[in-house]
Amino acid sequence: MIKVENLTKLFGTKRAVDGVSFSVERGEVLGFLGPNGAGKSTTMRMITGFFPPSSGKITVGGFDILENPIPAKKLVGYLPENAPAYTDMTVHGFLDFTAEIRGLRGGAKKSAINRVVDLCFLQSVLHQNVDTLSKGYRHRACFAQSIIHDPDILVLDEPTDGLDPNQKHEIRQLIRQMGETKAIIFSTHILEEVDAVCTRAMIIDRGKMVANGTPAELRRKSEWAGAVSLRVNGVAAGVVQEKLNHLRAAKKVVVEVAPASRLCVSSVKETDRRDACATSALTVTVFPRTAGDGDLTREVIEATSGWEVEELRTEEGRLDEVFRSLTMPDTKIEIRNSKSEIRT
Amino acid sequence: MNPLGNIKTIAKRELRAYFASPVAYVFIVIFLLLNGFFTFMVGGFFERGEASLANSFFNWHPWFYLFLVPAVGMRLWADERRVGTLELLLTMPIAPWEAIVGKFIASWIFLGIALVLTFPIVITVNYLGSPDNGVILSGYVGSWLMAGAYLAVSCITSAITRSQVVSFIVSVVACLFLILAGFPPVINLLQGLTHNWQWLVDTITSFSVITHFEGFQKGVLDSRDIIFFLSVIVFSLFTTSVILRTHRTS
Repeated sequence: MIKVENLTKLFGTKRAVDGVSFSVERGEVLGFLGPNGAGKSTTMRMITGFFPPSSGKITVGGFDILENPIPAKKLVGYLPENAPAYTDMTVHGFLDFTAEIRGLRGGAKKSAINRVVDLCFLQSVLHQNVDTLSKGYRHRACFAQSIIHDPDILVLDEPTDGLDPNQKHEIRQLIRQMGETKAIIFSTHILEEVDAVCTRAMIIDRGKMVANGTPAELRRKSEWAGAVSLRVNGVAAGVVQEKLNHLRAAKKVVVEVAPASRLCVSSVKETDRRDACATSALTVTVFPRTAGDGDLTREVIEATSGWEVEELRTEEGRLDEVFRSLTMPDTKIEIRNSKSEIRT
Repeated sequence: MNPLGNIKTIAKRELRAYFASPVAYVFIVIFLLLNGFFTFMVGGFFERGEASLANSFFNWHPWFYLFLVPAVGMRLWADERRVGTLELLLTMPIAPWEAIVGKFIASWIFLGIALVLTFPIVITVNYLGSPDNGVILSGYVGSWLMAGAYLAVSCITSAITRSQVVSFIVSVVACLFLILAGFPPVINLLQGLTHNWQWLVDTITSFSVITHFEGFQKGVLDSRDIIFFLSVIVFSLFTTSVILRTHRTS
């Protein structure tokens, strides 16, 4: 439904969006991730026809947004960043206006307004002026505006920004539900939202697309994907380190001394401290040489047989770590430099 | 949907917004008070002993509008940009020119309502004497067209900036030019400066709202005057659309 090819936007000499291509089909919810100023909003503004692109092509429902803007815009519902709404109107007046401009009249308009008022829980503020609303309600009023004509395509710029946890939950559920029949793009800073709502996620950084895939695929790019973490009792840290380091599939081993045992040895002389500590409970994480390698778990289980191991599990990978390593490449190098470490 | 329907929807919203805020009432009251004061106290309506509104009433309008019309027009686009609703409006399935025309018409109608509310003066002059009501009507038409021209200029300045204050000041200055170009002291000064290059003086004075408004005051509906006001409106609204487009591209 949405097709973006080689999209570029220049502000002066700054490339806000740089050669981004992707597409969204019906039944997909695309999560748009990226640090502040990465170009998320700019991309959305181009898709909705607010900004013309500097170069590249956008088709919405088969219509080119530049050549055929009106039929394209008819298909789209848009919630801009910060949810602007006319402050000098009541919520009802605002929805009435947007319904009318979407071509709804008479009974159709009335039922459309009633539908979105119910969906967005606006009943209690319906006849209140927009400028007296709390941020959450204003947000929902603007969200209601975007779905009033039951569009095939939804573009939502930070739809859960400024909402309380209950409201966030409601909006997420609404997005997921609508995502079954519509094509939805939404941007967010909240990574849990990606898991909760998206069928696909895209990370953009400094105007460039750095990742595009299902949340599970993105997770697999993480250093943590396939990492094995376990707790070991009664084995010296050095021994654990030594043994696990020699595993074929292991890239790096981190051994942490559990906080409880640190307390019990706080009176021991500094030189003896590490060993004394290290014989008590250890939290060990083994990172795989290749992300998502299943062999590592098997090797770790073999190597640790005979030790007192509690809680051994394979990590799925962490989205926040993928996000950081893709958008701040410097932090990744730091992790890779040391082969192994013991933290006390 | 058809362009007319879109324009109507936008104009209706805008007009409703005027009357939802105190601005509309403050404006109308001030406009009527100024009219009353200047017509009777300064314009010497009674002392003149004329059954006409030309000199005592309509004469002041170019000057009232100088301050009042920019006050009406300053929020048109500046506020839309400040609040962010411009993004909402321009991503709706409407052409930008429909939004521009719709908003302009709403404000113009609002000015028309304020103007119509001066009707007691028409009743007064009809009660006291027997004026030519055709001339009075033509004066009203001219006054409304002139207000439209000022308003269109205010649309440009409102589109330039997010700040209503800046918009107000710039459009007062621009409208002042439109007045002063035909103000007799200025014409005399120009004639002195240009050593009677009549064509130059004529070109400049032809931009003046006062010269074009004079005909209406006398009851002369000259097509050139009508075209002048309409062309100022069309040109200004076109410029507004160009400015709005530039904001979006850069």
